[in-house]
Amino acid sequence: MSDSYFKPEDLKKFGDITEFQEEYGNKFFQWYTTVFKEGALSTREKALIALAVAHTEQCPYCIDAYSSACLNNGADEEQMMEAVHVAAAIKSGATLVNSVQMMNHVKKKLM
Amino acid sequence: MGIKQKVKSLTARNNQLADTFYQLEVISNKKIDEIDIPDFSDRIKQAGYQHGIKPAGMDILQINIGKLCNQACAHCHVDAGPDKKEENMNRETLERCLEILKNNSFKTVDITGGAPELNPNFRWFVEECRMIDIEIIVRCNLTIILANKRFLDLPDFYARNHVHIVSSLPYFTKRRTDSQRGDGVFEDSILALQKLNAVGYGKANTGLVLDLVYNPSGAFLPGSQCELEEQFKQQLDKRYGIEFNNLYAITNLPISRFLDYLIETGNYADYMTELSNVFNPATLKGLMCRNTISVSWDGYLYDCDFNQMLDLKSDIESAHIGNFDPQDIMKRKIVLNQHCYGCTAGAGSSCGGEIA
Repeated sequence: MSDSYFKPEDLKKFGDITEFQEEYGNKFFQWYTTVFKEGALSTREKALIALAVAHTEQCPYCIDAYSSACLNNGADEEQMMEAVHVAAAIKSGATLVNSVQMMNHVKKKLM
Repeated sequence: MGIKQKVKSLTARNNQLADTFYQLEVISNKKIDEIDIPDFSDRIKQAGYQHGIKPAGMDILQINIGKLCNQACAHCHVDAGPDKKEENMNRETLERCLEILKNNSFKTVDITGGAPELNPNFRWFVEECRMIDIEIIVRCNLTIILANKRFLDLPDFYARNHVHIVSSLPYFTKRRTDSQRGDGVFEDSILALQKLNAVGYGKANTGLVLDLVYNPSGAFLPGSQCELEEQFKQQLDKRYGIEFNNLYAITNLPISRFLDYLIETGNYADYMTELSNVFNPATLKGLMCRNTISVSWDGYLYDCDFNQMLDLKSDIESAHIGNFDPQDIMKRKIVLNQHCYGCTAGAGSSCGGEIA
């Protein structure tokens, strides 16, 4: 067994998940490939969204993969950091907006 | 104003990679063994090119008129720089190039370097080319226009001679540009572009064409040329009021200083593997080596500028401009090696950008 989690070389083995469930795995990769093709959004925009989500998911594989994908699709450092700030802002906002619930509860209890 | 060289040339550093035999050993997997990618020649056979790649025409004569440059960029495949004072084309060789341009079917002369403007015969050569019915491309690094008072009139000179300008600008930000080309390059490039715009380059209905070249400032491949062009046009206009015609997205080939960068930063294996993983057979039809002849400062003939820098001469009996024989040239087989993966990756790459 491995003595550590998240080894960078494991990212290259992502495709091997079909070994234990071929049909589902193949369907997933087919859908995944389609999702990242140019559509109403450009491949650069999709890579930036993926990078932002990778951060909120705190997935090191995804962060490596979509940092590269952003560069390969012509995004720059500023755009990438802004995307991460957007993700961080939503994550923080989602925490803070819950404080309304806290305030409601507190106000109900207090004189 | 004023720029600072990013690096010293491989020659000045006595780097082993200054030796082309050593470079070829590295890219042929003999020196760095952790990568396992197929031979490029086998790859093209599998793609249906059993007998190698043959020329399709003789459209572009690309002349590298010298390695002298006011910049020393981190990725330069020519290993050009201010120290390259000897490797510059002389008048006699340029005269021979003119003869060849006059007597053959070339549609374009593509003048590159180094900074071609630093060759003392440059202006004479451009004016002579102008007298032939041929498109003249000059690969101008932009900062040369501001490097010395004697170059300030270059925009007018180019306009007067209807030169098609192709200039590198790795990105529309200072950080990306200077990290590849040297501190101060971005500011000077912007000023130079504004001067070119001022004489009509990149503007509608002037016929003066100004194209930009994007190549990645690091170990990654270029994105979609079309999308990059859109971003560059928007950003350069919004930030600096600059206009240009087309953007070419060019892949950095794993040779010379870029190869050194890849090895030094531990990116070599991943970069080569990525080039191989995204090999696209559809690019083979449009490879620039099929319609271009590349001439070195000392008059030797090559299938492309990259082969020139690896000293892989064209596969003909006498690969020298002194013995130029169009029939031999059209019968030759293109010389290939592992660096060719750079031109066949993804949408492909050439001196004119994407090819598939």
